[in-house]
Amino acid sequence: MSETEPLSFQVPEPEIRPGGSPDFSGVEIPKAGATRRPPIDADPEEIRDLAFTIIRVLSRDGDAVGDWAGQLGEDELLTGMRHMMRLRAFDARMLMAQRQGKTSFYMQHLGEEAISCAFQCALRQGDMNFPTYRQAGLLIAQDYPMHTMMCQIYSNEADPNHGRQLPIMYSSKAHGFFSISGNLATQYPQAVGWAMASAISGDTKIAAAWVGDGSTAESDFHAGMVFASTYKAPVVLNIVNNQWAISTFQGIARGGSGTFAARGHGFGIPALRVDGNDYLAVYAVARWAAERARANLGPTLIEYVTYRAGGHSTSDDPSAYRPKEEGDAWPLGDPILRLKGHLIKLGSWSEERHKQTEAEIADEVLSVQKEAEAIGTLSTGSSPSARDMFEDVFAEMPPHLIRQRQEAGY
Amino acid sequence: MTRMTMIEAIRSAHDNAMERDERVVVYGEDVGYFGGVFRCTAGLQEKYGPTRCFDSPINESGIVGTAIGMAAYGLRPCVEIQFSDYVYPAYDQIVSEAARLRHRCAGDFTCPLVIRMPVGGGIFGGQTHSQSPEALFTQVCGLKTVMPSNPVDAKGLLIASIEDPDPVIFLEPKRLYNGPFDGHHENAVVPWRDHELGEVPEDHFVTELGVAKITRPGAELTVIAYGTMVYVAEAAVRETGIDAEVIDLRSLLPLDLETIARSVRKTGRCVVVHEATRTSGFGAEVATLVQEECFYSLEAPIGRVTGWDTPYPHAQEWDYFPSPERLGRKLLEVMEA
Repeated sequence: MSETEPLSFQVPEPEIRPGGSPDFSGVEIPKAGATRRPPIDADPEEIRDLAFTIIRVLSRDGDAVGDWAGQLGEDELLTGMRHMMRLRAFDARMLMAQRQGKTSFYMQHLGEEAISCAFQCALRQGDMNFPTYRQAGLLIAQDYPMHTMMCQIYSNEADPNHGRQLPIMYSSKAHGFFSISGNLATQYPQAVGWAMASAISGDTKIAAAWVGDGSTAESDFHAGMVFASTYKAPVVLNIVNNQWAISTFQGIARGGSGTFAARGHGFGIPALRVDGNDYLAVYAVARWAAERARANLGPTLIEYVTYRAGGHSTSDDPSAYRPKEEGDAWPLGDPILRLKGHLIKLGSWSEERHKQTEAEIADEVLSVQKEAEAIGTLSTGSSPSARDMFEDVFAEMPPHLIRQRQEAGY
Repeated sequence: MTRMTMIEAIRSAHDNAMERDERVVVYGEDVGYFGGVFRCTAGLQEKYGPTRCFDSPINESGIVGTAIGMAAYGLRPCVEIQFSDYVYPAYDQIVSEAARLRHRCAGDFTCPLVIRMPVGGGIFGGQTHSQSPEALFTQVCGLKTVMPSNPVDAKGLLIASIEDPDPVIFLEPKRLYNGPFDGHHENAVVPWRDHELGEVPEDHFVTELGVAKITRPGAELTVIAYGTMVYVAEAAVRETGIDAEVIDLRSLLPLDLETIARSVRKTGRCVVVHEATRTSGFGAEVATLVQEECFYSLEAPIGRVTGWDTPYPHAQEWDYFPSPERLGRKLLEVMEA
């Protein structure tokens, strides 16, 4: 009788660590336009392959090609360009403000601007996003005042959250932007519940859930998926796969699953995988999913393949766990440069115009920043009153909180 | 007025609330067609249809998480967790989300939500069907925590909870569903139809949250109880012959400190009793508040009678459950101190 071999424990590792040369040759990237666009009522079983490819519209040469192209006019593309440029400029200023001690914390979108900016354009007024901390493009694309965002980041007196929340944890019901909590994946079942409520009420509004690659491992991701599947909730379930969950590469959350999108299959939820750095592809796929939801066809799972070009947050140093050059080697490029190339090819944009717009936006952001800082930053100027922290724990303040507020001297 | 069990009173509260307000939706495990394992939602799906009362997947985090989304939309979900022992997967949603939503966005979104769950032992439920987790909720800012001890309170408090603008944890002592229980497990239970607190109006009414009730007036000692322990306290008082005042808190948060303090200032002695484990239990909070408010009226140290700091046992259930004898001994001890 043969002895049983000892078991071996396996821990996935990224291919390259600091010191190595970035190598994305293993990432299979189909040609732009190569993936078909099925009808929105396609049988989920017949489109399983779309969870294992990457839907792309913009070609290397800057052309918009294939079934998913042709959904946005030139003006809309120019607007999208402006949204992404504003978001990047906003990030740059706020990152610097954090380094200058004007706030405690910041999270930027570098390299991921197309996803939230394009997605928002596929929604209608009244729809509700349940975002993570890296979807401020949902607000920027609605021309939500940067001034208000900055006041939130500075926790000053004009912060709509009254200084109670970490920087960038925005909330705006009027803009379909659910209050960000900072916990991971809790918003997934909430988005599904909001969508269920809309359906229960016979409304026409839909919801969108957002999660990162790492947090798909949370139980709440699966809770959201099963409820969405069971009740065919009118919700778009988004996964932003930016390759890195702080220092943990996406293989730790993905495990043996081929792709994150493929997680949808076990729930019978149609799943699409899309080039997250391709503004046109993101919009086309988001619109397909939104139309499905609105047509009572139920949820869609979308994986956006992208790359977090910056640190996780201002508290993170990516050079400790991945090669510095990895971002430059990312094969799907920079979303702003790619849309720029397309617009130039269309003849509606130029290098000069790009530079000029960049300068205009930088001026705008700087002047808004000065106005926000005139009200206050975390360290200077006027901040919300300490008395205020006792408000809104409940609609009506119970006796024990009134006593504690008195004890605190307010 | 009709005679109702606590189960029927809870069902009636749902019925009234759903009839008055179409935003009220009810769901949970086995809650829809079957009407719940304890039958608290029986008939609701038939009456209001499957879009307002339905079965959910077995996923407590999903039940509460979706309910938070519904509440944010503008509905008034009232969800059931089959046993409070099963609520822990939903704890993150309750603590980090439901409880803090109003505060973190300064009221931009709110969470009017009721999470109902049966609590407590006395049914040979072992460690996974007997716990009393109230302190895990009273410790969380932004939650209201309620525990009725009889049918008429259960109905009025549940309607008040459903109509409340904030999240409410509604704990139902399952040993009381069919009749009051004083801890003498060898005796037959008195059904609610033979008890005056089983008299429940069929129509809509509200019992204000945060108001305690004196169930037995007395002069010598104050016993502070809630849920099943109200009847254990009454039995212990009866059996010891002490002229004690028994207070049924009904709502743990907000807490009716005024009624507690007035009583202890009058009696000068105080014992707190609960079925949950002792360390960091709600009794510790009550004892501290009594000490802060009534120190110069106290003639003896405050007593605590609770479940032991062990998992809820199966075979040894009656050694764990705070019995009238155990409570009676503590009452006598505090009287003699």
